[in-house]
Amino acid sequence: MRASPADQTILDRRNLDWYIDKVVQVLVFVGGISAIIFIIGIFVFITREGIGFIFSSWDPIEFFTSPRWAPTSSHNPTYGALALILGTASVTGLAMIVAVPFSLGAAIYIGEFASGKTRESLKVLVELLAAIPSVVWGFIGLSILNPLIIQWFNVPIGLNVLNAGVILGLMAAPIMTTIAEDALKAVPDTYREAAEAMGAARWQVIFKVVLPAAKPGLLAAVLLGVGRGFGETMAVLMASGHSINIPTSIFDSVRALTATIAAELGETAHGSDHYQALFVLGIFLFLITFLINLTADLVVRGIRNR
Amino acid sequence: MANAIHPEEFGLSKPEPAQLAIETHDLNLWYGTFQALFDVDLMIKRGRITGLIGPSGCGKSTYLRTINRINERLGYVRTTGSIEVMGQNILAPEVELVQVRKQVGMVFQRPNPLPLSIRENVIFGYKIHEPEARRLTRNQRDEIVEKALREVLLWDTVKDRLDSPATALSLEEQQKLCIARLLPVKPSVLLMDEPCSALDPKGTEAVEELIWELRGEYTILIVTHNMAQARRASEECIFMLLGKVVEHSSTDDMFVTPKSQETADYIEGRYG
Repeated sequence: MRASPADQTILDRRNLDWYIDKVVQVLVFVGGISAIIFIIGIFVFITREGIGFIFSSWDPIEFFTSPRWAPTSSHNPTYGALALILGTASVTGLAMIVAVPFSLGAAIYIGEFASGKTRESLKVLVELLAAIPSVVWGFIGLSILNPLIIQWFNVPIGLNVLNAGVILGLMAAPIMTTIAEDALKAVPDTYREAAEAMGAARWQVIFKVVLPAAKPGLLAAVLLGVGRGFGETMAVLMASGHSINIPTSIFDSVRALTATIAAELGETAHGSDHYQALFVLGIFLFLITFLINLTADLVVRGIRNR
Repeated sequence: MANAIHPEEFGLSKPEPAQLAIETHDLNLWYGTFQALFDVDLMIKRGRITGLIGPSGCGKSTYLRTINRINERLGYVRTTGSIEVMGQNILAPEVELVQVRKQVGMVFQRPNPLPLSIRENVIFGYKIHEPEARRLTRNQRDEIVEKALREVLLWDTVKDRLDSPATALSLEEQQKLCIARLLPVKPSVLLMDEPCSALDPKGTEAVEELIWELRGEYTILIVTHNMAQARRASEECIFMLLGKVVEHSSTDDMFVTPKSQETADYIEGRYG
């Protein structure tokens, strides 16, 4: 059947709405894809700044095994990042020990026990906590936690793994709480109803049914917290003591990868070995946080596909 | 069993208390300010399958959900009157919810196995209610699981995959599992809220058959929208309308010679 010319004009009417629709489609597409382009752009930029060093004078064995980070030494500059990596790892590890119980506890309370107004105001409060600037946290570490640690533990310096770990843990807890609570909320209520109808008490419902069902989401929350810990700069710079050390106790001062970049980049000559070495640290950090986030994402996807 | 005949005679003269599984008096229930049940007086006999029918919103599911007090999850529910299950008032302040729910098992409209393995689903209730469950050997536990699964005619299909997730089963199998997991704690009453409405005709037939098998051993109260199901799968029937009980009689009587005009109209499909 062939459409008559009259029919065609009816079907093929490109009016204003049609054009608006096209424009909006394009805008949404650009908006959606721009985040990806920016991430790729950042990675390309960091890599370009650091790649020359990797191929010319970078010694991966020194980088990963030597604790000597002395790029400004005039006769023998060395670029061992081991102490920095361990500094970041120890602070992040302690931060997770602090943050995981706090955030899971808060998420369970908000998601499973609190109701009505309490619940809503707690959620707002947690989101507010997540918005505190990291320099404020660093300030708290520097001016409040530092003297307290010196006093309580009778150690000479309070800017150390303990200080930075606690600060970072408190910083990461709100965002972890939010994600963990989302994971609990995603557990269908029919599971709770089923378990309660079988006579399970509140805690049995939570521990035997809700938490196992939400496990992937909770794991993702923890992983995102770890990612946050690795990437955090200012608070760690201020609270960790910023001295190159392989930590042997939580009272040792350490230096983080991020803090090293932040503190040194402004003082290097553009394009020098030191400058490029800092970008290698950047590439390394980028890869680690990327891997952690990717894992978290895959874990979360795991729940959906089950 | 599709066209099951009910050979027994149901004398509806006042039954002995000992024959009763559930007895409610002046049961009123409000959701907030909305009253959903009005002075419901019902006596449900032990070991029988009693069907609850009525149009949507008539209160049949609400009534069912008061018997194990699962309604209270909502938080804004208020109940007055008395509910006796096996002679004990479950609304009394000293009553433990856990005990009520051990005595009264519930099957939901949509099969809702827990996100655990088949084995763990069946033993879940038992672990909650029986303190000695911890001390059982693996063999003893497996016996309990096997017995429950055999009772719901599911053993042969799942015996080789007891450790796989229950949520991977077909809906029919899931619903049977949801019945099986109630049995190890030996409940006296099973509440079923439209247990077949999510199933296909074949699954419906299989689950109905299973429910029929369980009569006698358990008192079964089943809510259904499906007239044909009420007729073939229940021994007594209760017709509710707008939160009130209109008629309670043997299923045969209700479907052949309904006493009230409203019942007759509903059964014949004039509304609902």
